[in-house]
Amino acid sequence: MKLSEIVQHAKGEILNPSIYRDCEIIGGCGADLMSDVLTGVKSGAVLLTGLCNLQVIRTAEMADVHAVVFLRGKRPTPEMIELATEKSIPIISSDMGMFQLCGRLYKAGLHSLESNWKGLHE
Amino acid sequence: MSSTLQELYGKGHIVADSDVPEINRIEELSYDLKTQDVMSRELKCLAPIDTMRTVFELMRESHISGAPVVENNSLIGIISQEDLMHAFADGDQNAPISKYMTANVITVKSYEPVVKALEIFARTKIGRLPVVDENNNLVGMLTKGDITRGVLIAIQKDYQEEEIRRYRASHLFEDIISDRTSLILRYKIKPRDFTNGGQASSYIKRALLRLGASPQLARQCGIAVYEAEMNLIIHSNNGGVLRIQVEPRRILMQTSDDGPGIPDLQKALQPGWSTASELARSMGFGAGMGLVNIQRCVNKMEIESTPGKGTKLFMEIHLRPDEKFKAPPESSEAPGV
Repeated sequence: MKLSEIVQHAKGEILNPSIYRDCEIIGGCGADLMSDVLTGVKSGAVLLTGLCNLQVIRTAEMADVHAVVFLRGKRPTPEMIELATEKSIPIISSDMGMFQLCGRLYKAGLHSLESNWKGLHE
Repeated sequence: MSSTLQELYGKGHIVADSDVPEINRIEELSYDLKTQDVMSRELKCLAPIDTMRTVFELMRESHISGAPVVENNSLIGIISQEDLMHAFADGDQNAPISKYMTANVITVKSYEPVVKALEIFARTKIGRLPVVDENNNLVGMLTKGDITRGVLIAIQKDYQEEEIRRYRASHLFEDIISDRTSLILRYKIKPRDFTNGGQASSYIKRALLRLGASPQLARQCGIAVYEAEMNLIIHSNNGGVLRIQVEPRRILMQTSDDGPGIPDLQKALQPGWSTASELARSMGFGAGMGLVNIQRCVNKMEIESTPGKGTKLFMEIHLRPDEKFKAPPESSEAPGV
């Protein structure tokens, strides 16, 4: 799915347009716990999260997350936007809830990049 | 980068990116480059007694739109297409250049930076600037086009140097022969510094990619050291040191601190067991997955911990037999770098 389609589904706002360019996103994950992202998400995902602090951007960098959507209307701080821009990670703000946006994207055909928590992969 | 880091970390404070004033490379170049570096040196000069018809012929043949007027080696004026049109409108083709040229020419010195010329262009709206040396002898001509070309050439040179640096970094382990080669990186981590948490791990991941590690290997190490770095930030009394030793076949990572130490190691290794503060939890950590996660990323993990004394965490990642540090192919640069 194209990142631009994800932005549309999320009715989202791109917060660092200077580095934004449309690209193919192979799958997604939803988490508020950054350790869960580091533990069990394959590289190349869009991360949907209700957490809103600098460590989300650091986690995205470490786990090779390709884009981050901040849910529930949360607005990243200027420091977060700056760091994401420096790391070339597009970040998007959306008023939707976690369940709602995960559902919309999954229904529209975006796969999960989360590990099966018994250790098996999809 | 490493000497800068040592400087920053040596003083015990970490400078955020936002503290560094942002000057882009083009601006930097407009100060670095001198007008003589970008000016054109092939001069088509005219004498004040030449006729306006000579100007017309020179412009037509040489495809230029202006020329300096020189007498006894010194610049006395400049003649442009516009001056030529005036002369032709007056039916005055046989007049000497001195009648139509602009005297009192604005010039720029050959040793002045390009930004000076840009200022003059912006202020005066003139199209070309004669460049003179310290004795006011004409040595070249400068247009905005010359500046653009000069800057582009300088950027291309930068780019090539960057390519060479990358190439050298990624061949480090092939070029240096010893019985055992290691590259050691050390980072001081401050306690409760959630703002800069992950900065060291970010540097480490970047360094590994620079050294030619595969994106997978860099990600694996990055995640392990990030969790370890966050553990120092969340749990240590006084911060600690993160030390990475890169070798051709393995990467050794280590954190050490001077307390509080882990009272029950068995419990600490259980998924979901945590003593982290609310603050750490609010940052998305402290869910008791750190050590478990590290264990998953590395080939070997050992913890030595004495309550009241401190904790040492050793991590080791082995390169697969077919894997080695090598320069990445042109098109597949790792994302997020």
